[in-house]
Amino acid sequence: MAKGIKLHLKVWRQAGPNEKGSLQAYTLNDVSEHMSFLEMLDVLNEQIIQEGGEPVEFDNDCREGICGMCSLVINGIAHGPQKRTATCQLHMRHYKDGDTITVEPFRAKGFPVIRDLVVDRSSFDRIIAAGGYVSMNAGNAPDGNAIPISKEKADLSMDAASCIGCGACVAACPNASAALFVGAKISQYSFLPQGEPERDRRAVRMVEQMDEEGFGNCSNHGECEAVCPKGISITNIARMRREYLKGVIS
Amino acid sequence: MNKKILDSKIPDGPIERKWDIHKNNIKVVSPANKRKFNVLVVGTGLAGASAAASLAELGYHVKTFCIQDSPRRAHSIAAQGGINAAKNYQNDNDSVFRLFYDTVKGGDFRAREANVYRLAQLSTNIIDQCVAQGVPFAREYGGLLSNRSFGGVLVSRTFYARGQTGQQLLLGAYGSLMRQVDLGNVELLARREMLDLITIDGKARGILVRNLISGEIERYEGDAVLLCTGGYGNVYYLSTNAKNSNATAAWRCYKKGAYFANPCFTQIHPTCIPVSGDYQSKLTLMSESLRNDGRVWVPKEPGDKRSARDIPESERDYYLERKYPSFGNLVPRDVASRNAKYACDEGKGVGETKLAVYLDFADAIKRLGENTIRDRYGNLFEMYERITGENPYQTPMRIYPAVHYTMGGLWVDYNLMSNIPGLFVLGEANFSDHGANRLGASALMQGLADGYFIIPYTIGEYLGNETLDAVSTDDAAFKESEDKIKDDTKKLLSMKGKRSVTEFHRELGLTMWDKVGMSRSEDGLKEALKKIPDLKEEFWKNVNVPGSGETLNKNLEFAGRMADFLELGELMALDALDRKESCGGHFREEYQTPEGEALRDDKNFAYSAVWEYQGEGKKPKLHKENLEFEHVKLTQRSYK
Repeated sequence: MAKGIKLHLKVWRQAGPNEKGSLQAYTLNDVSEHMSFLEMLDVLNEQIIQEGGEPVEFDNDCREGICGMCSLVINGIAHGPQKRTATCQLHMRHYKDGDTITVEPFRAKGFPVIRDLVVDRSSFDRIIAAGGYVSMNAGNAPDGNAIPISKEKADLSMDAASCIGCGACVAACPNASAALFVGAKISQYSFLPQGEPERDRRAVRMVEQMDEEGFGNCSNHGECEAVCPKGISITNIARMRREYLKGVIS
Repeated sequence: MNKKILDSKIPDGPIERKWDIHKNNIKVVSPANKRKFNVLVVGTGLAGASAAASLAELGYHVKTFCIQDSPRRAHSIAAQGGINAAKNYQNDNDSVFRLFYDTVKGGDFRAREANVYRLAQLSTNIIDQCVAQGVPFAREYGGLLSNRSFGGVLVSRTFYARGQTGQQLLLGAYGSLMRQVDLGNVELLARREMLDLITIDGKARGILVRNLISGEIERYEGDAVLLCTGGYGNVYYLSTNAKNSNATAAWRCYKKGAYFANPCFTQIHPTCIPVSGDYQSKLTLMSESLRNDGRVWVPKEPGDKRSARDIPESERDYYLERKYPSFGNLVPRDVASRNAKYACDEGKGVGETKLAVYLDFADAIKRLGENTIRDRYGNLFEMYERITGENPYQTPMRIYPAVHYTMGGLWVDYNLMSNIPGLFVLGEANFSDHGANRLGASALMQGLADGYFIIPYTIGEYLGNETLDAVSTDDAAFKESEDKIKDDTKKLLSMKGKRSVTEFHRELGLTMWDKVGMSRSEDGLKEALKKIPDLKEEFWKNVNVPGSGETLNKNLEFAGRMADFLELGELMALDALDRKESCGGHFREEYQTPEGEALRDDKNFAYSAVWEYQGEGKKPKLHKENLEFEHVKLTQRSYK
């Protein structure tokens, strides 16, 4: 097999939520182009363990771009340089021998650092708890085909629903706003008759919870859409505003 | 004697009436009393989230635990293809019976008829439930739900949401769960890993979990425990499972007396992106739908080094089309996987590692045009290119089988209760519905049937009948278990050996894959039964777990899981050795037809193998639950 590339890493290390963190330098001498970014970090951790150090903590789970657990700001960009790609699906062939890569956690008031690159995104759960669902108990449902929905609306709803809840939108936003995440969920239901009865209440409660969690306001930078691994459109934010306004004045 | 040990509690009556009869006969807990019960639900995938939400809707107090930072990340999220339901919306003569029959036959006649029939009946309710939740299923222009076909069946009964069906179903269940959190009926405890089951007076009365952030061991008491912790595919190290998927919760229950059934029944999926190097951490599945248009081949000559496009048609072996002319590339998962292995064993594998076969779309592109292929598989082709850096429109895909699902799991009765009273097991974690091989698009169906429509009824039979004294987390059982966990943790952290957890896991994975994988033999299994305990011994002497027990420490988490995988791997090999027949995903080389296909032995092995823990270093005891087939005829599967 061909020899891999050499990489210089600067990785954010922080022992705990209230500790001071800093960037630590590491060098990897043999990184295969076929590795994923997280596999490269696995190799780094094995190296650190061999040298008697404590490995870098980073969140990850499915490693196929759908669970939303991986995060990381790579050279200043949430999820790294490849469009519509979560960190776990980013591969090292996008880097060349001798490159320096800075790896930092998602930074936002709503996402406090737990350790190293791991952050607390439970604020997203609390926003969903405020209304990101249809209030129905199991057993109440009519036949699936009793509610026809146009293909166009079902597709638009699915576009919004494909959000993986990773929080890259927040990390990329200069205001650390969660508007894209919240807008996507509000939009998903706004296209569907099932979402209609709670439409106003949902928008108002979710937006208020978002504010309470300390996320900033949206000022239309569009950074969120640019880094979103699922390509969620910022039109969802405009829709959230309309839904919220409608909810507040109704 | 045996019957009493393994009472499956299958109701009497005709199969299509069994569930109704059972529901009429089991206890219902009054609304006032439901409020008095605490239910602990471990895991928040399709089974866990739907169960926790549904029980809370009924008025039970629920605490729900997940290993990730949010319940929405459970590995059900990664399911791509779809969910089966016998709706017969396509007017193609589908029915509950047909779904039942396909599932029992697909499982190579090693599942319980009554459970599978109930699953087929409930499949239709699941679709209704999910539509009402606002799951954006694919639809036709007329506004009605769309269906597609999946492997091994003759009707079109699979409902889907693009290639993200699992994600959408899980987000639906997660929404319902979070609604109950908002209402105060569910307490959500994320970043917690279950480390032990607490039994008091022989009943499941609590759990111990590690708080993965602080490292603290926390005690929770309850009146029932629901284990919804998924499968154990990661025993192989490389699998399509998520990195955090593990067997620890189930395994610790086994060591507390819960029976483990059919551990050797594992599913290997034929179309995954091959391993590219030693650093590989997981494998990625490519939907089985690709086999509709892709042709599988290898070079005829072993060791052929030419690139795919330089190998002329006459020097290629389209081995599935050659060996199975009527099913061709669409043979079931187990057959396709085994044949890819055979081709590579003969030295005909392709790519840098020689552990791959081609899945070639050139003919389909010639016939249908690149645009049609892009319409059908565009997102999959994109994913393939992202991972491999190769363009599958121009070069054939390289694919190889990978561990994907485990049909075995903790033994449960018709109420989904294990042999430990009060311990229920749902979803992939139990053994009940898929026999020796699971059909595509059936895992999502089972998880949701268990959570939305079975446990809300059957838990009443337990809680309504038992007298459950109040227990406290100060009980000696909690302390004893906590002491043991703390000792083990201390030991893991203090060894400071020479090898990392990952190194041990890789080595176990290789042994499991070689000896207890796609093809198993008596010699190989005996070798595994020697190697695995040796590795376990070395692990407890020579593992290096860095860091401390008082912080977030993923290496420590993985070390605990690894210790359990080592023991589970041994049980899998033992079970595989004991089952002297081939069936579904369990292929024993000694038992095959003259054509090299799986040869079942219904006379001697039409049973579920149910293992009981006997203590450290002792051989577990085998119980047999005999399977009776009254509604399907046992036949040899043939795909020629």
